[in-house]
Amino acid sequence: MNPLIDRTAAEIARDVNAGSASAAEIAAATLERVAGVDGEVGSYLTVLHDQARAYAARVDERVRGGERLPLAGVPLAVKDNMCLEGTRTTCGSKILEHWVAPYTATAVARLIEAGAVPVGKANCDEFAMGSSCENSALGVTRNPYDLRRVPGGSSGGSAAAVAAYEAAIGMGSDTGGSIREPGAFCNLVGFKPTYGRVSRYGLIAFASSLDQIGPLTRTVEDAALAYDAMAGYDPMDATSVDRAVESTAPALRADLRGLRVGLVREFATDALGEATDELYRNAYRDLANLGAELVDVSLPTAKYGLATYYLIAPAECSSNLSRFDGVRYGLRVDGNDVREMYDNTRAAGFGPEVKRRILIGTHALSSGYYDAYYVRAQKARTLIAGDFERAFAQCDLIACPAASCPAFEFAAKSDPYSMYLMDYYTIPMSLAGLPALSVPCGWVTPEGGAVPMPIGLQLCAPLFGERLLLGAAHAYERATDHASVRRPELAKVGA
Amino acid sequence: MTPDTIDIKYVAKLARIALTDEEIERFSKELGDLLGHVNALAELDTASVAATAQVVESRNVWRDDAERPCLDREIVLSAAPQRQGSFFRVPRIIAE
Repeated sequence: MNPLIDRTAAEIARDVNAGSASAAEIAAATLERVAGVDGEVGSYLTVLHDQARAYAARVDERVRGGERLPLAGVPLAVKDNMCLEGTRTTCGSKILEHWVAPYTATAVARLIEAGAVPVGKANCDEFAMGSSCENSALGVTRNPYDLRRVPGGSSGGSAAAVAAYEAAIGMGSDTGGSIREPGAFCNLVGFKPTYGRVSRYGLIAFASSLDQIGPLTRTVEDAALAYDAMAGYDPMDATSVDRAVESTAPALRADLRGLRVGLVREFATDALGEATDELYRNAYRDLANLGAELVDVSLPTAKYGLATYYLIAPAECSSNLSRFDGVRYGLRVDGNDVREMYDNTRAAGFGPEVKRRILIGTHALSSGYYDAYYVRAQKARTLIAGDFERAFAQCDLIACPAASCPAFEFAAKSDPYSMYLMDYYTIPMSLAGLPALSVPCGWVTPEGGAVPMPIGLQLCAPLFGERLLLGAAHAYERATDHASVRRPELAKVGA
Repeated sequence: MTPDTIDIKYVAKLARIALTDEEIERFSKELGDLLGHVNALAELDTASVAATAQVVESRNVWRDDAERPCLDREIVLSAAPQRQGSFFRVPRIIAE
């Protein structure tokens, strides 16, 4: 690999701002890396050869003009459910396979403004519904640490791209765990900010009360830089929060003194297997060694998170995805009348998981079932959020697993519900809107596996606690440095 | 709570998705199973609990009722599966 891109986002930006490397060189090296490894990894659905060079030239021009850009020349993977003007934006779906976005999502535009250079649109589970990227209708993405395993999902393409050094920052979206789980599976920091912190304008909607954009990076510092650039109120998203964003990059800490970290009684790790259990116990001990006071907290209704989520998210998805009707954009499959045209278009355009979620959501919202399903789930959501509020009266942060296992092999979760269980630990935070991230906490060789795979520690803060969350994660990362233990072995090409 | 069954044909009609016989059988089973799982919510006492639609406090947002730039009509229409002049072309929706 070209040493220019064997760097963190922070280091690349420093190099480009200092003039010791140009954004054009970084972009060329990244595109070369993509050409070398993406045949194996499959991170990208679309590689932005010309646009990447054009964005990079613009960054070099700005730096020459005296500007200092927080993400100068940093190669960026954009999840393919986010719009970038003039690029194909597919959501991993046949229904949008040939759709070209006419405008740019606010979060993407802000990263570009900060100097980032988009190099590709990254694969994802169709409409961000899934936990392995296997639900993409348009491509297969493999885990760079073991190509027989999934990268996680739904932001699996962005995660694989960053893990394989095909980008330094990956943009993901997280509805029930879609940034944190692939982050854990690919040895990355996967950070979901507080709901409403990052504008959803230009993010193709899945479940609007849960969707949130965030970064996947190789270090906490990079996650902080990306967040600082993308967060903040946007008049184009009425649910984005109109509240000042304090930058997180200066708040990175060296220790956890004075912090109380809550360990969730209901999330005991002894059922996750001896090796994994030991890694989490070590992680909690490391938090204590850094000065944190560990306290026991309870989230008694968190176990209802999955049931709550699988009513609310599909209900919102069934409404959001009604716009794909073959009239104004995307696929159209003709029929004898307009009704048949809708039916045929959606039958051919959506894959099985999207159909399942639209059907269950339509059922949950239909006359006679609305109160029993949708309203009851909304009430359960209140209880789950209340549990967190009570827990945060006793602690400053919560620590727990990011996922119940490391990355699994392809086709290992053929039953839909077994796939849904992958988000068991991440969904409760999503329902409560809380900021949460996964940070590498060790390696475990899965049963039947050939090589050790990474696992992630999830940290969660109260609403708008991003500074505290990233600051603490940085201290943990610096003290343990699990991520640096291994690198993906993709050396045969593009090395 | 409610039975673990779902009338897939009826729901598919509401959702405007044509399903094959194989899909009807498969989704009936898979979604019936899922309803079995979500029915666990019946264990919760929610009688006096308010419903949450949005976790972060939000308020209605107003903007000036003023002309603003918008997407170019040609760009928008260029994405249409079928167009006729400056219109989206759709199958006839009113019988002759």
